[in-house]
Amino acid sequence: MERDAVIIGGGPAGLAAAVALHGKGIRSIILLEREASLGGILRQCIHDGFGIDRFKESLTGPEYASRLIHEAEERGIEYRTSTTVLSISSERVVTAAGADGMLHIHAKAVILAVGCRERDRGAIAIPGERPAGVFTAGTAQAYINLYNRLPCHEAVILGSGDIGLIMARRLTLEGVKVHGVFEIQDHPNGLERNTIQCLDDYSIPLYLRHTITDIHGSGRVEGVTVSKVDDRLVPIKGTEREYRCDSVILSVGLVPDNALALPLGLDVDGRTRGVSVDENLMTSIPGIFSAGNCLHVHDLADDAALEAERLASSAARWINGDLLDSCAIPVIPGCGIASIVPMRISGKSDVFFTMRPSCALRNAVLRVTAGGRTVWKKRISRALPQNMLSAEVPKESLSSVSGPLEVTLS
Amino acid sequence: MERKLTRFSFDNRSICSIILSMTDKDAFDFIVIGGGVVGSAIARELARYDARIAVIEKNPDVVDETSGRNSGVIHGGFAYDTGSLKARFCVEGNRMMDSLASELSVPFRRTGKVLVGNTEEDRKSLERTMEQGAANGASGLRMIDGRELHEIVPAVLGSFALLSSSSGIIDPFLLTIHLAENAAANGVHYYLSHKVMSIRKEKDGHIVDTDKGSFRTRWVINSAGLGAKDVSEMLGFSSYRVIGSKGNYLVLDKTMGALLPLPVYPVPSNTYMGIHVTPTIDGNVTVGPDASPTMDFSYYGVPQEKIELLENSAGDLWPHIHRKNLIRTFSGILPKLVDENGAIQDFRIEIDDRIDSRAVNLIGIESPGLTSCVPIARHVVSLIAERETLRDSSSFNPCHPRPIRFSELSEEEKDDLIRKDLAWGRIVCSCEMVSEREILDAIANPLGVRTMTGIKYRTRSMMGLCQSGFCQMRIEQLLERSGLDADEVEYMYPGSWVVKGKVRA
Repeated sequence: MERDAVIIGGGPAGLAAAVALHGKGIRSIILLEREASLGGILRQCIHDGFGIDRFKESLTGPEYASRLIHEAEERGIEYRTSTTVLSISSERVVTAAGADGMLHIHAKAVILAVGCRERDRGAIAIPGERPAGVFTAGTAQAYINLYNRLPCHEAVILGSGDIGLIMARRLTLEGVKVHGVFEIQDHPNGLERNTIQCLDDYSIPLYLRHTITDIHGSGRVEGVTVSKVDDRLVPIKGTEREYRCDSVILSVGLVPDNALALPLGLDVDGRTRGVSVDENLMTSIPGIFSAGNCLHVHDLADDAALEAERLASSAARWINGDLLDSCAIPVIPGCGIASIVPMRISGKSDVFFTMRPSCALRNAVLRVTAGGRTVWKKRISRALPQNMLSAEVPKESLSSVSGPLEVTLS
Repeated sequence: MERKLTRFSFDNRSICSIILSMTDKDAFDFIVIGGGVVGSAIARELARYDARIAVIEKNPDVVDETSGRNSGVIHGGFAYDTGSLKARFCVEGNRMMDSLASELSVPFRRTGKVLVGNTEEDRKSLERTMEQGAANGASGLRMIDGRELHEIVPAVLGSFALLSSSSGIIDPFLLTIHLAENAAANGVHYYLSHKVMSIRKEKDGHIVDTDKGSFRTRWVINSAGLGAKDVSEMLGFSSYRVIGSKGNYLVLDKTMGALLPLPVYPVPSNTYMGIHVTPTIDGNVTVGPDASPTMDFSYYGVPQEKIELLENSAGDLWPHIHRKNLIRTFSGILPKLVDENGAIQDFRIEIDDRIDSRAVNLIGIESPGLTSCVPIARHVVSLIAERETLRDSSSFNPCHPRPIRFSELSEEEKDDLIRKDLAWGRIVCSCEMVSEREILDAIANPLGVRTMTGIKYRTRSMMGLCQSGFCQMRIEQLLERSGLDADEVEYMYPGSWVVKGKVRA
């Protein structure tokens, strides 16, 4: 079959891209979702706090998802659930397996909105035995909220990412004893509101500069050893403490899912670990776009959805046969910036930059420079690594730029 | 065939009173203790003859110890003392591996392997290894220079190497599982999760007492691997010294497998291969093992310092070992028979008529046990055949059907299957593209294994980048659908519950 746009992933980014493309007049759209229903990870996030930017009210994950699904269904956008994309070719043929057999869809534009995955125990090389009961926070959340299964009775949480904080509260509400949240950094990794609402309000202790140095148990987790770490994050001998528990819940970071992008040969950015895109959110292969958590990990579902809407603008132009400006000017994350999107710009359009600060700063200046000359700047009252920054830089500031663009925060 | 036992509940005193195979008619001719790669190979070789055979395995699956915790390398046979059983069986096992792997439908590739050197001393040592290999009958050994080495593995760090072109890589899980399943298909009874507690000698044989009841058998074959010393003592053999050699491993993701066409080893000693990097048959890379002595044969913890040691020492061989590609760690323990001075001994495979003329005792079966499994099994059968006549079975079928892996099929084949059975189109594990049909077939395995890792090793589900984050819930649910209660689903070893019932009734 043929479609103007194939959207892979039915979470907030994929749904928002579908709705926005439709709004731009694109009618031949198909959205593919591997789960049995649309909504993505929102389905298991039954807490509220979603949608404050986009819907101007605080919604639960399933409510947020159902609003987007409703918008898509109202517009009659075609979608297939329980349909897993197996491969994408550089000629933009998407191959998927689903209930109707194999699908081959020739597309003018392919939109990757496949989300991210959680780093698990292996990725951070936690020493110790390998009993059952070591879950990523999202897996534990899925067991409780989607599958009605209790994954533990007594837990230690490693990492203070948002899902870990949310799960500290969720598990406590289900009668699980949560001994504490242990964070290797000197600051919590999740949103401030989550530290307050999920830990402080439930008297769950947060231990900064701590990590798990051993996991015990051959069948099920029987306990963990926790140690303090020094400034280089190395465990300090003699500070070990033992906790008896039957579970370790990990909230140690999210990584863009590149499972489809890598075999396709898309360029990957070493900092975001997602694919590299230009100001149109187009990847290194023409006609293949990426947005949401598979491009870079966002703090909020709203941000992923808004990014997908920006993608829809350029993808619609591409589908309609407009030539998109070639983007030859590289963007370099400089001092104070851990990662930045997009990675290439044309210098001919306004650019929406999204970036993650590398450290906490007050009264800082976000600066865009080219060849040592500042072309644009903005005052930032407070920057935190756990909060993404964004800035729209007008084309007038970029039109004189020819060489690499550097973005700094200091 | 009735393979599943009724569960008895009884205290220790009554163990001896329950004999599950009570009458002579029901008694087994052979009981193999230990269902790992060697035990299952022995059971399968015995199944070529007209006999009643059982395998008693203490774990819930056949790959839960050493057989599933290794490098997955088929060795050439050059690294062992000339004249040893290790050398002889390894060379034989290597030669037969193409036909064995094809009979049993086990993924195997003769990749070759290189042992990399830098100094004059290394060169002399590798040349000695090559001579020893020639004396052992190992084929395909030659020294290669730096240029050829780097053509084979561009990134390797080394000046020259010994190339063993007959070495290869195999799926160690499927080799063991398919040996066991083929044995079972040929009438061997598998009793999993049965731990042997004692063995009583009778006039015409033995009564083997397990924690779940007793079995009468004429012959006992001790192939208990890490537990072989204990079983050997139950049989009345004098005490052997067996020490564990624990090795830790790192597993790297599949982007790294593409950069490593064959195993890269350092210069070996006669007793230890050294920390190496090995592509797995599925495209991952394993790094390891180190080797430290242990007497705790059930502790598989991987300590921090070993993780760092592996990264550093293997990094001297191959520079692509980075934390960002690390997906897992694991460890394995080799049971090494040692003499009073601690020197590592050859495999010991014996019948001692003074002690028990119907017991075959296998001690110190370690590396290269995976490569040598069938030659060891045939040797065991030949020892038995010296004492009694074995009659060929008329119905033995050596072939194990190839399980279908959705991810390996052509588009047309995938389409056909989905149209016949929708479960093929429901992808449960999207990292490794494993369909619900494959999971259901694995749950219905002929050994009756119902653990999460049992499904994992049979299908590769949960082995990909997300390491089960997205698919384990669905696999847990499918296990429940097969008849287990939520509380009964276990990950691997006894007590490894996954969830505790429902959140809401």
